[in-house]
Amino acid sequence: MAEKKTYERPVVTKHQSGIMNKFGSGPSTSVRDNIDGVLIKDLAGKFGSPLFVLSEKTIRQNQRNAYRVFKNRYPRVQFAWSYKTNYLDAVCSVFHQEGSWAEVVSEFEYRKARALGIPGEHIIFNGPEKSIEALRTAIREGAMIHIDHFDELYHIVELTDTETLKARVAIRVNMDVGVYPLWDRFGFNYENGEAWQAIKRIVANPRLSLIGLHTHIGTYMMSAEAYRVAASKLAGLAKSMHDEFSITLDYIDVGGGFASQNTLIGQYLPAEEVVPSLEQYADAIASGLFQLSIKPEDLPTLILETGRALIDNAGYLITTVIANKRLSTGRRAIIVDAGVNLMFTSFWYKHKVQPAQQPSVHTEDAVIYGPLCMNIDVLRDGIVLPTLKQGDRLVLNHVGAYNMTQWMQFITMRPNVVMVMEDGTVELIRKAETLEYLAQQEVLPARLKEKKSR
Amino acid sequence: MNTYLVPESLAVSDSGFLFLASTGETFTLNEIGKDIFKMLQGGDTREAIEQKILELYDVERATFVRDFDDFINQLSSFKLIRTK
Repeated sequence: MAEKKTYERPVVTKHQSGIMNKFGSGPSTSVRDNIDGVLIKDLAGKFGSPLFVLSEKTIRQNQRNAYRVFKNRYPRVQFAWSYKTNYLDAVCSVFHQEGSWAEVVSEFEYRKARALGIPGEHIIFNGPEKSIEALRTAIREGAMIHIDHFDELYHIVELTDTETLKARVAIRVNMDVGVYPLWDRFGFNYENGEAWQAIKRIVANPRLSLIGLHTHIGTYMMSAEAYRVAASKLAGLAKSMHDEFSITLDYIDVGGGFASQNTLIGQYLPAEEVVPSLEQYADAIASGLFQLSIKPEDLPTLILETGRALIDNAGYLITTVIANKRLSTGRRAIIVDAGVNLMFTSFWYKHKVQPAQQPSVHTEDAVIYGPLCMNIDVLRDGIVLPTLKQGDRLVLNHVGAYNMTQWMQFITMRPNVVMVMEDGTVELIRKAETLEYLAQQEVLPARLKEKKSR
Repeated sequence: MNTYLVPESLAVSDSGFLFLASTGETFTLNEIGKDIFKMLQGGDTREAIEQKILELYDVERATFVRDFDDFINQLSSFKLIRTK
């Protein structure tokens, strides 16, 4: 008997004319059957689906490349890992092994960094909310406290006075860099003179040591030029401090916000074509800083709090097809087992989605829905995919930033997270949640445990 | 017993290219889609098509039945067939 042919779903595709742009529809059906050599089917087989996978190799490559790019353009460079972008212990530890300090924005993150063995003097403490207790600890441990507002400055003054402590501080400066919306809710404004006022108050207090200036101009910044403006404005402030108070700063921290290779929803061209390269960001920042015309040995260290651009492409989400269906318009819908509660970034990115098995040559326009019984649960709209059947795997690319911190336990549990190590082994770095784990936090009042009496 | 009507102005090539002369519309079928469409043109019933496909392809009946319904719905929505 002749061998049977391999089956795929029967498909008919209507040819459309007049809707293509000059770039065509682009390739969309490349297969990803492995991550750093480990097969997707083995990963999902062993650790379940959905599954977040991180690549140790990619993280290290990203960090080394970024350091080289900036170090080639400016003599003193220090990276500080942005905890909020991904604060899984294993991820932070890889960055710390690569020489990064910790950049934290809450007491919880501060304690996490300390628990990972990062000394206070290598922790940058940012953010608008720092409790008195958190400030006390940070001051005692010599952390770099980036002051966000005057009320915080007064707290620090009070603490250092009553406890005879000396604090290492910097101020966060917000400014107009020609990009809108203006991020003026954090720190002290440059243009209206508030930043200079804060500097004068700090300098006048012998218990406060003003060691740096900080800014963070935005997120997913698609203009490198904005960083040149920011760096030159900070350099201008540093120059004034040098001239007026003879203060030589230890560092200038230009924050983060570099765009990753994810394409935004509503963006016409793919990210690879419109997002500035790391070299362009570095050129802009270095040229801005060199306007600080002081002796080379007095140049402040450039601190970078790059998050997204260093981790996004090191993260993948493996998901499994639950069902295929047709919408009322005839459009194809695919339901997968990972929802927006895990993939927060689906709200603003068009994530690249690849099948994990050899696809057919026939493709269809589709929408990918998650498993949540919620209308907003759309992982990807307007994507051309090959025919898929129940149980097939898909891989979402560039998911390493923010998803593993902003995810929610909602309707479904948060899944396992694994890291593919440089030697090809796979380590479980965060266990999937269970009902028992969630129940630990709940308290059912005794009177509600009683059975209904009537 | 289900059978289907295919417009006479419809031509399908061996590579799965489908041309509807009455409207000028064109379509592409994948290989199994083309096989099924030729069976439809030949007047095969649903049951006959099912039998032939299960002999030709490595697929379980339940899977095929579900996909076949979807395929028929798609063809109908493009006005490429009518149910008799």
